[in-house]
Amino acid sequence: MPVIATHDLRKHYGEVKAVDGIDLSISEGEIFGLLGPNGAGKTTTLHMLATLQRPTSGSAVVAGFDTVKQPLKVRQRVGMVFQEPTLDSTLTGRENLDLHGRLYGVKGKERPGRIAELLKLVDLEGRADDFVKHYSGGMKRRLEIARGIMHHPEILFLDEPTLGLDPQTREHIWAYIEKMVAEQHTTIILTTHYMDEADRLCDRIGIIDHGKIIALDTPENLCASLGGDVVKLRMANPTTKPFEAMKFVKAAEIKGNEVLLTVEDSSSHLAEILQRSDGVQHVELHTPTLNDVFLKFTGREMREESGEGGFLADYQASQRGH
Amino acid sequence: MGEFAAVQAIWLREFKVFTREKSRVISSMASPLIWMVLFGVGLNGRVDIATPPGIDYTAFIFPGVLVMSILFGSIFYGLYIVWDRKLDFLKEVLAAPVSRPSIFLGKVLGGTTDSLVQAALLLTVGALVLKLINPVFTGISPVGALLALPIVLLVAMSIASLGLGIGTLFDSFEGFQVIVSFLAFPLFFLSGALYPLEGLPAFLTVLTRLNPLTYAVDLLRTLLLPGYVAQISPALDVGVLVVWTVIMLGFGTVMFQRMK
Repeated sequence: MPVIATHDLRKHYGEVKAVDGIDLSISEGEIFGLLGPNGAGKTTTLHMLATLQRPTSGSAVVAGFDTVKQPLKVRQRVGMVFQEPTLDSTLTGRENLDLHGRLYGVKGKERPGRIAELLKLVDLEGRADDFVKHYSGGMKRRLEIARGIMHHPEILFLDEPTLGLDPQTREHIWAYIEKMVAEQHTTIILTTHYMDEADRLCDRIGIIDHGKIIALDTPENLCASLGGDVVKLRMANPTTKPFEAMKFVKAAEIKGNEVLLTVEDSSSHLAEILQRSDGVQHVELHTPTLNDVFLKFTGREMREESGEGGFLADYQASQRGH
Repeated sequence: MGEFAAVQAIWLREFKVFTREKSRVISSMASPLIWMVLFGVGLNGRVDIATPPGIDYTAFIFPGVLVMSILFGSIFYGLYIVWDRKLDFLKEVLAAPVSRPSIFLGKVLGGTTDSLVQAALLLTVGALVLKLINPVFTGISPVGALLALPIVLLVAMSIASLGLGIGTLFDSFEGFQVIVSFLAFPLFFLSGALYPLEGLPAFLTVLTRLNPLTYAVDLLRTLLLPGYVAQISPALDVGVLVVWTVIMLGFGTVMFQRMK
């Protein structure tokens, strides 16, 4: 029984097809990543799943309820961490969590204990009573993630959880997310345009481009779908002859003075390849990344740009659309 | 049950923010006192407004100045929703499993509470200032001041609803000067805050009678100034204010439900 199931989910703003027919099935306890360039439709998809935007057509069942017919039931069962900070900076960290608990109907008796538990989870116990305006970017992110699971949601949506954070802080946030899944058994749906993030955190990845899912599998399988590693040999007389008999060489082509070999399990076969080839001047070994997967399906590199417009921009776009 | 807790949560948040912005409380006191001392005293004895003995011009405008302070405070409180949306904090609230009317009600109650605190402070300080300026002034009775609070509540509630409702239409603060010039100032000047209602040119008579705040100022004068004779019947004053407040609550609720 999937916790999220969508059927031909679409969101159109006039002529613009922000989300163009998405079918997803996500199981309990999964960390699922929507990977794609900015403007691919990741945030819009997430907002539709969290009932913040109404689909143009199609349907989504989240935590057992239809997002359009019973939005409040869905909201009670999901947590949302937006792309931009949505903390109340005039309140302390503890007060932010308390406010969230009240809004989500966490009982008064349970709140203080739950708040203490969450502050411990994200290592903010020492700063709990400081005003959020004095927090660093990483601390705010941690507090928001803690807030997102305050009401024991079955599913947590994370929209670009480490956007704009420095590498060290990103590492920390990832560790907190993993800890949270281990300790709280939350299903996580995250969007990202960082390959490393998707690779590190996600059980499965849906690569999304122009509002469509173009590939969906585990990171390992996605990379393996490219057929293997690429060994690049620069040779005086480039030829593919010696490699044709090798079973582990899946493909061979000549590009200028280089020979490109697609090789299964390249590390154990590299020695044999080098033995059989004459006049090798330079060797390069390239293990496929999600970027190569993206490149294969779209013919483009993923752009690494700053954040999307998010909720308000979507709202403004939807206003213009109507 | 959940909705009630949510209303309470938003109300509590607003009040907490209010108590932390001490400069806002202090500045909300400054402008009414400036009107009373720097404007009212300047005209004391120079304008003939046929008030009973003991009520000088400063005392006469005091209830109007009180309404002005609630009017401006509440309208800005409401319009502040634009800022909440800009800072994205409102997203967190709008994503919660809470209905829009509850969010709106929590906001209105928060603003109304702020106004009641300000009004109580202003009534106390104002009464002292009036006594200082004019030793003959009979003074504001504690009962009158207490009865004034429900009127303040209606004014605060209705104007905060109006501000919140209008605020949902704005994406930035650019249009705010328009609201202040074409809404807040006319509501203030046409409320009879600074001059009596009788003997006005016909167009001003019509406009003042169309302004719900006129009824608040008249009623507050009756409650706060001993010997002052009401120009409109207190029953009509209360009736108009209640109906106006209900309409504004409805307006704000609808606007909140339409807001994305």
